Amino acid sequence: MSQTVHSSGTEKPDENRRDFLTLATTAVGAVGVGCALLPFVDSMNPSKDVLALASVEVNLSNIAVGQAVKVMWRGKPVFIRHRTDREINEANEVALNELVDPQADDARVEKKEWLIVVGVCTHLGCIPMGTATGEARGDYDGWYCPCHGSHYDTSGRIRRGPAPKNLEVPTYTFLTDTSVRIG
Amino acid sequence: MSAPVWNNKVVKWVDDRLPVISMLHHSAYEYPTPKNLSYMWNFGSLAGFVLVTMILSGIFLVMNYTPHTSMAFESVERIMRDVNYGWLIRYIHMNGASMFFIVVFLHMFRGLYYGSYKAPREMLWWIGILILLAMMATAFMGYVLPWGQMSFWGATVITNLFSAFPIIGDPLVTWLWGGFSVDNPTLNRFFSLHYLMPFVILGLVVLHVWALHSVRSNNPTGVEIKTPQDSIPFHPYYTIKDLFGLGVFLIFFCAFVFFAPDYLGHPDNYIPANPLVTPPHIVPEWYFLPFYAILRSIDFTIFGIPAKLLGVLAMFASIVILFVIPWLDTSKVRSSKFRPVYKWFFWLFVIDTFILGYCGAKAPDDDFMGIPGLRVIVMGQLSTLYYFAHFLVVMPLVGKMERTKPLPVSISESVLKEGANA
Repeated sequence: MSQTVHSSGTEKPDENRRDFLTLATTAVGAVGVGCALLPFVDSMNPSKDVLALASVEVNLSNIAVGQAVKVMWRGKPVFIRHRTDREINEANEVALNELVDPQADDARVEKKEWLIVVGVCTHLGCIPMGTATGEARGDYDGWYCPCHGSHYDTSGRIRRGPAPKNLEVPTYTFLTDTSVRIG
Repeated sequence: MSAPVWNNKVVKWVDDRLPVISMLHHSAYEYPTPKNLSYMWNFGSLAGFVLVTMILSGIFLVMNYTPHTSMAFESVERIMRDVNYGWLIRYIHMNGASMFFIVVFLHMFRGLYYGSYKAPREMLWWIGILILLAMMATAFMGYVLPWGQMSFWGATVITNLFSAFPIIGDPLVTWLWGGFSVDNPTLNRFFSLHYLMPFVILGLVVLHVWALHSVRSNNPTGVEIKTPQDSIPFHPYYTIKDLFGLGVFLIFFCAFVFFAPDYLGHPDNYIPANPLVTPPHIVPEWYFLPFYAILRSIDFTIFGIPAKLLGVLAMFASIVILFVIPWLDTSKVRSSKFRPVYKWFFWLFVIDTFILGYCGAKAPDDDFMGIPGLRVIVMGQLSTLYYFAHFLVVMPLVGKMERTKPLPVSISESVLKEGANA
């Protein structure tokens, strides 16, 4: 009460001080709301059980030369191709400056005969064809995406079509000569 | 107008404490409506009817649906085969989505033709666009729920659009998925949001109607209500007209539900989702085709911005541009009835959206309408060009240069004149 009398009296109310307090309160409130939202936003990120399933071991002994298989890793397919000499040569012969996303074949494989790539088209996420025998492999003997017509070569590199990048190479380690751990 | 006096004691008791009856009376009996509204003004109330139908049928579907990747498809088939009238409820919901878009697209074309977006109705128009965006999100997430091949791959392609954004793209997509691909967490959150969004739409509809009641309906002449002679009460005149329209619409709706329930859908969605096999031809539902065509038509790079990002931006821009048309349209005349030049461009725009829809349904390298050498992608690009040119070039220029026909003095005068000529 005395304050009311005070401010309506001789002195002007301290408007700067009041504005500062309002602004500071609003700012602290906004930060608080932001902090409270964070757990909800983060709850939509991959959960621990999803992350725990993030690696897979594959036995390579029954994949013949020239053959390729699909394995599931993190809910998407990984292509493992046992490349022939001709396919390895094709991947090495192309000049890097001809490539959309220039990358040498050496940088994409650990062992020349094994090409391991994520089987998801870098355009809009379709699964390219060419892993199973008899499927169209596109104009560069690798993979062909039926959705919007992207062609990949024998190193999984984008050669023609709307996809912007090469097929992603996942992290993997050879445990023995015939088994590999992806992830 | 003064508040009504209620004679019934119960009504008066309630109304004194919560004036809900006065409010209804005010917005139905006292709300002055232009007396010349044509049947093109039926689609707003029809959209409201479809929204309620979708919410009700959806609530009953949820009673039998299981949002899990291993059971979603089967639970939908169980609804179709075992649940009493499950087939009916699902077909109503499935076709209701298409009906919603048919009605809303007609409602929007009406608004475009008669200049209903112009001052003072900009907010009304904006809320309408927000409703369209919310509808699109709802329809997309709903289509994922049956967990068929098109559900899965449609979800994959559309969520991957966000990976086009630099830096934040990939983490954003992982966040949307709740994993490293479209999977159970994605299905669960889409289910949750699909249930939420209709109520968001309902809230937006309340704002839409609120805005409508403060600026009043536009009408075929585009001339505002000036005297009481120009208007009639909404009830009973337009309630009866809306009901008649509803009857006609229900015949159309039921024809699909009972005789061609899968005509508007895609057969691939009756194959359970398989993350290892992409269907040879992924197409969205018909109501997204024009936007999909715009997305795909950008297959070139500008200023080093990759085609994928440009396509996504163009697709979003095709809807966002609607927000600014109240200022892009420079004409002082609202209704295209009195705009002899713009009228033709309007119809060209309507045809353009149909061509875009056709292009969206076809593979990019197909021949357009079987014309040899004319590729679908090229027609898609030309139609996309016109889509944007219509708003950015035609609207500002024609509005300035056109010689419009003389406007009637009032709605009433125009009605009497038309009556005399008939």
